[in-house]
Amino acid sequence: MFSTASTTPEKLLQMLAALLLFAAVLGVILFLASRVRGKRSDNWVGYLYLLPVVLLLAVGLIYPGLRTIYESFFDAHGSSFIGIDNYKTLLTSSDQLTVLGNTIIWVLIVPPLATGIGLVYAILVDKSRFESFAKALIFLPTAISLVAASVIWKFVYEYRVDQPNVHQIGLINQIIVWLGGKPVQLLITDTFKLNTLLLIVVFIWIQAGFAMTILSAAIKAIPDEIVEAARLDGVSPWSMFFKITLPTVRPTVVVVLTTIAIGTLKVFDVVRTMTGGNFNTSVIANEFYSQLIRADNQGLAAALAVVLFILVLPIVFYNIRQVRREA
Amino acid sequence: MTAVPVATTPELKAAVEKPSAIAKKRLSRPWASLAAIVLAVLWTLPTFGLLLSSFRPELDIKRTGWWTFFTDPQVTLDNYRAVFDSDSGVNLGTFFINSLVICIPAVLIPLALASLAAYAFAWINFRGKNIMFLAIFALQIVPLQVTLIPLLTIFVKVGISGTFWPLWLAHSTFALPLAIYLLHNFMKEIPSGLIEAARVDGAGHVAIFFKVMLPLLTPALAAFGIFQFLWVWNDLLVALVFAGGGDEVAPITLQLANLTGTRGTAWHLLSSGAFVSIIVPVTVFLLLQRYFVRGLLAGSVKG
Repeated sequence: MFSTASTTPEKLLQMLAALLLFAAVLGVILFLASRVRGKRSDNWVGYLYLLPVVLLLAVGLIYPGLRTIYESFFDAHGSSFIGIDNYKTLLTSSDQLTVLGNTIIWVLIVPPLATGIGLVYAILVDKSRFESFAKALIFLPTAISLVAASVIWKFVYEYRVDQPNVHQIGLINQIIVWLGGKPVQLLITDTFKLNTLLLIVVFIWIQAGFAMTILSAAIKAIPDEIVEAARLDGVSPWSMFFKITLPTVRPTVVVVLTTIAIGTLKVFDVVRTMTGGNFNTSVIANEFYSQLIRADNQGLAAALAVVLFILVLPIVFYNIRQVRREA
Repeated sequence: MTAVPVATTPELKAAVEKPSAIAKKRLSRPWASLAAIVLAVLWTLPTFGLLLSSFRPELDIKRTGWWTFFTDPQVTLDNYRAVFDSDSGVNLGTFFINSLVICIPAVLIPLALASLAAYAFAWINFRGKNIMFLAIFALQIVPLQVTLIPLLTIFVKVGISGTFWPLWLAHSTFALPLAIYLLHNFMKEIPSGLIEAARVDGAGHVAIFFKVMLPLLTPALAAFGIFQFLWVWNDLLVALVFAGGGDEVAPITLQLANLTGTRGTAWHLLSSGAFVSIIVPVTVFLLLQRYFVRGLLAGSVKG
């Protein structure tokens, strides 16, 4: 039951066994809870219901989190204490500074652009005849895996050597050729951060649908009377946007911005799938994985995870405050 | 953490308006329509290109761009056959099964545990309740990465690394804080009269949970269940760290990511493979759109 299953029936059996084991544990808890009597019974039932959750969270989240902070002060194999050397490396080695710089570029570009495009699109299709279809088109990238999205875009960026009989099969390079240019190795070229920017495009493509959906809900919540009154006053579409729509949905815009910023800080799959973090495209979450698995440097990986945590923290707090205020 | 918009989640449904009003508006803003169409085309074209390619013969994909299809249409299902074929070394069927085997417990376990805990927080008075709830709520901010290294060590020590267990346990654990928070909010809104009445009838907390709560909870469970299912189905990081070693437990996203690394130019396999992997999320999206959007909004900051 706890060994590796290799054939399909074995896998399904193991899954079934795991579910049965889990059901048995639940059964015991519920049985005990139904047996508790007396004045303090509520206390006991409460603790019983929380027992599995507290155990899982303590072993699976709290302990590992604290342990990672501890390990970030140790060397590659976790054997000797090296103080803040890992953090020094993150802030001084040129490779790690590139990682940090890339992460900052990502966080500065993705949230405003994804939110902006989402907002504009939500306004453009609002109340149009094809609204649901138009929204589904933009939203679909949000539903698929980041890996599949990366494969889709890798094909767009594909490069073929520039020879007479070779045709470009990537859309961008074909357009460059049609316009009379020479094809570019898009994902390898890091001049002006080209490859990083192209990865950012993929993430914007994914996140815009999320922004659009939430902002569309906020736009629909604007009272009709206000919109009608403005229209009767002959307000132009532009001032309608800047004087009515934008101020009304501003709190939602902030929530969307911060939510996407958190997701952007943690971006991993896109970088990992498209360039593997090579050619100066790595970001913190990808570097974490590379250090942990490829470079086998547990200490540095732990420090990267902690840095990620520290960077996410203020945005999360701001996000929660904003959500609370809006509620 | 973006729990607020949940209540206002739109059904992606066109608003009803008088045809005359629509016509007037459409005429008055041709540029707006044009901009919307341009954006929609830009957003769809990359997917369309790869989808079309997945039906073109291998040699055609390698030699010419997908737009050539319109002058020289050639259609085949060979690429889809190839990704399921064990000879090609892709064997996507196995990984598809793995994804299912990973997902089902990774959805059911946290759902069941979280609804029990959420019930306790919402309707049972016990000592330390508020502080425990706050602690669990706060755990939502922990990024996955912070937990992975020690978890890996634990799983190796216990002797379950390389099986499905690390994935089930890790995904279940990571889902709990958000699930408990959302389900708690939902349960809190159920009128206390219903619970009081059941108590008067002599029902204990077990009976109330099953007979009163669960039936009312179905929409919330569905929304979170769908969100969690897609989150696990689409996950790469957890899979790479805990199932990176062997093919036995790796999910379909991992195999697809590996293919882009090792066979980066085999576009006949990558194209069809990508679409096989997104069949499930897209189907879920189209069939259960409303629940899906709700769950997504609620859980957007997870991980």
